Amino acid sequence: MSYIVDRRLNGKDKSSVNRKRFLDRYKKQIREAVSDAATERSITDLDSGETVTIPQRNISEPVFQHGEGGDRSIIHTGNKEFVTGDEVQRPESGGGGSGSGQASDSGEGDDEFMFSLSRDEYLDFLFDGLELPNLVKQHLKGTDNFRYKHAGVVSDGNPSKINIIRSMRTSLSRRMALGGSARKRLKEAKLELQLLLQEDADAEQQAKVELLEEEIKKLMDRLTRIPYLDTYDLRYNHHVKDPIPSAQAVMFCLMDVSGSMTQSMKEMAKRFYMLLYLFLERSYEKTEIVFIRHHTSAKEVDEQEFFYSREAGGTVVSSALKLMDQIITERYPVDQWNIYGAQASDGDNWNDDSPVCKKFLTEKLLPMSQYFTYVEIMPRTHQSLWDEYKLVEGTCGDQFAMQEIKSLEDIYPVFRELFQRREL
Amino acid sequence: MKKKYQPISEGSEWTFDLIQKYDEEIRRVAEHYRLDTYPNQIEIIGSEQMMDAYSSIGMPIGYSHWSYGKQFISVNQNYKRGVMGLAYEIVINSDPCIAYLMEENSMTMQALVIAHACYGHNSFFKGNYLFKTWTDASSIIDYLVFSKNYIAECEERHGVSEVENLLDSCHALMNYGVDRYKRPYPISVELEKKRQKDREEYQQSQVNALWRTIPADKHTRRSGDTKPLFPSEPQENLLYFIEKNAPRLESWQREIIRIVRKIAQYFYPQRQTQVMNEGWATFWHYTLLNHLYDEGKVSDGFMLEFLQSHTGVIFQPSFDHPAYSGINPYALGFAMFCDIRRICEDPTDEDKEWFPDIAGSDWLDTLHFAMQNFKDESFILQYLSPRLMREMKFFTVLDDDKKEMLEIGAIHDEAGYQEIREGLSRQYNLSVSEPDIQIVNVDLHGDRSLTLQHKRQKRRPLGDSTEEVLKHLHRLWTFPVHLESLYEGKVEKHYHCPPKPEVDPAMFGVGFNFLGV
Repeated sequence: MSYIVDRRLNGKDKSSVNRKRFLDRYKKQIREAVSDAATERSITDLDSGETVTIPQRNISEPVFQHGEGGDRSIIHTGNKEFVTGDEVQRPESGGGGSGSGQASDSGEGDDEFMFSLSRDEYLDFLFDGLELPNLVKQHLKGTDNFRYKHAGVVSDGNPSKINIIRSMRTSLSRRMALGGSARKRLKEAKLELQLLLQEDADAEQQAKVELLEEEIKKLMDRLTRIPYLDTYDLRYNHHVKDPIPSAQAVMFCLMDVSGSMTQSMKEMAKRFYMLLYLFLERSYEKTEIVFIRHHTSAKEVDEQEFFYSREAGGTVVSSALKLMDQIITERYPVDQWNIYGAQASDGDNWNDDSPVCKKFLTEKLLPMSQYFTYVEIMPRTHQSLWDEYKLVEGTCGDQFAMQEIKSLEDIYPVFRELFQRREL
Repeated sequence: MKKKYQPISEGSEWTFDLIQKYDEEIRRVAEHYRLDTYPNQIEIIGSEQMMDAYSSIGMPIGYSHWSYGKQFISVNQNYKRGVMGLAYEIVINSDPCIAYLMEENSMTMQALVIAHACYGHNSFFKGNYLFKTWTDASSIIDYLVFSKNYIAECEERHGVSEVENLLDSCHALMNYGVDRYKRPYPISVELEKKRQKDREEYQQSQVNALWRTIPADKHTRRSGDTKPLFPSEPQENLLYFIEKNAPRLESWQREIIRIVRKIAQYFYPQRQTQVMNEGWATFWHYTLLNHLYDEGKVSDGFMLEFLQSHTGVIFQPSFDHPAYSGINPYALGFAMFCDIRRICEDPTDEDKEWFPDIAGSDWLDTLHFAMQNFKDESFILQYLSPRLMREMKFFTVLDDDKKEMLEIGAIHDEAGYQEIREGLSRQYNLSVSEPDIQIVNVDLHGDRSLTLQHKRQKRRPLGDSTEEVLKHLHRLWTFPVHLESLYEGKVEKHYHCPPKPEVDPAMFGVGFNFLGV
């Protein structure tokens, strides 16, 4: 007799534990592969999963086996023209099937081990060890949204919040503590009295009985005087106000589009913005992006225009900062939005404007934002803007960070540098 | 000859009812051919579940380990990219015999798999002497459950990475964890659990006795006595030796070594009977389904589809074909069983000369006898016929690293038959294809180091991964481990873990000079 069982409904992810163990074990190698991939892959699919390749050598499981060399004889099939005693040129090692022996036998290949990560796994590896600075601290600023949270039991509070069980428990223990000795004595006295009453009554006995009755009455009085429920017993549930972190973020992309920024520089900036966007998206429920481009004057634009249209002319960086400030006040109230700024530029600025930028940044923008990053792309030499921003970094280091990007490969490391988890 | 044409089904869709019907028919025919099987448990699974089963060495339950994850990832990847199709079936040597059928298969394929796995492999598991002596089909599932739970418990108690490291080391030595001659006694889960507790205490006490540092009998030991060797005879079961004698292992670690050893032992017969097992199963799916066709139970379309995948399975590319990767065990095994039947039914003069005992005998008896009493090595040595060697055009390549050119040895001609047969048999002998490594000594009274010996066969050295394996061995033994690679009694190479610094004679020279001054 055969039994036929339908197992299709049984779980199919039996191997997911093992898969996860594999990923954990080779975290380092995978992270390297991911960071290589992050800079190489095209901008549009930065968001999908990734095929990762790590060297087979690193993950092989060694066993005792024969090495190359020695005197071997191997039997093959499909002889066509060989006769005993023929001599054949030795094939290139590892080459093809012609006579190099069983594939499994001839040493382990140094192949690559290739596999896919899902989008989530990919992003986990990509942003592993990074964090958004000031996430907690800044949240507390918003005071509009609160939620009440249980915070244990306290001894005073609003009658509507009495915790009956806890109150009764205290009451019981208090009554036991206060009345314990009296109750014990009462029990004894009653027993004595009973014994006395059973015996014959003479005068001496009578006196004792009276004495005992007196005592019993006193004890009973004392016990009844212990209150059943005292104010001291009352316990109240305690709730505390807990600020709800606002779950939305807005990311301002500021870019210089003056004549000196070439298309390839913009590409680099775009990749940087992509990474930042993906990263923010993981931390917040909702992430919006505002694109601000500027040369001598700033303008809010859509993505297409931001990255691909060209303008010529000089550069006034403060115009963009001012526009950002304006947009924040109009559309993104600070208590509801987490504000991130990311500025990319080639460092060109009108010299007199740089101190203005610094002042505006430190006084207006930084107090409102969570984090502001500045990347300078392929600078020939640093100009006044870099120097002024350096000063900002000195004074507001925990909210402001700056780096320079020289080539495509720098983007991911720079990004990591900017958001590296910092020990406080 | 052909009976009334009345196929069980037309079309490629399968249903549970149809599977049931086919199974009944196939069983009827199988009984006709005296195939004795365990009861079958046919399980229908999806392709992802098949990949799961694949990556856990075909076992329905297994402990967790990253290497299975790696296996799964690569199977998954290859399957998705279309590099590789999944096997149609996986069958487990258990009682009842569990066979997996993939839901994606057509009705024909399901019938093929039932014939192949549920009657072919199944009867092999039940009949072959290696499986009979070495594995116990009724308790394997229980044992796997026990080992999974035990290892999970150890992970909880001692940490995942600790257990993982231990398993890594055990896996590295897994092929050296089998007894080749002693027969293990299978037992049930409850017994296993009970015995595990007892064993824990007993083993530890034994190890302690071995490593006692207080000299027991100073008086009886005279100077000049040669130190007795321990072990007294070389040990080939490395894992067993370590489980029993490693000085610093805790009892749970010994138990895990034991689990890996047991599982290796369970798979040992499968590794020794690849050609026979697959050949037998392929022979029977071919014979059973053809029988059904002759009875008119299956349609022409069914037969065409079946034959197409059958020929795919037994395809043997020749050595210069790009797809060539050695000899296809399905092809060789199938050809050999067919050949034996031919020798019985229609012997030529040559067959009568080579196989006087079976030529003209009852083919079914002979086939059953061959299945029951041989393993690949001996099966080939006994039954590979000159005719089959000619058909498969076997030839030998002599690869001597001392010569510049490869030489062609014996080929499929009168002079070469015997040599080809022996050579091919040797190729399936595990003790030839795996290096011969044995434990020869433990320095009981010195640094407790463990010494192993590798005997080179035909000057073949050890591979590059040897040092890595020694590290694993060292992890288990915890004291120094030495491996000597010998050829004709002479040590050709030393391996040490931890590595010994090469002694530089120049340094000694300086030292002596200094002293001399």
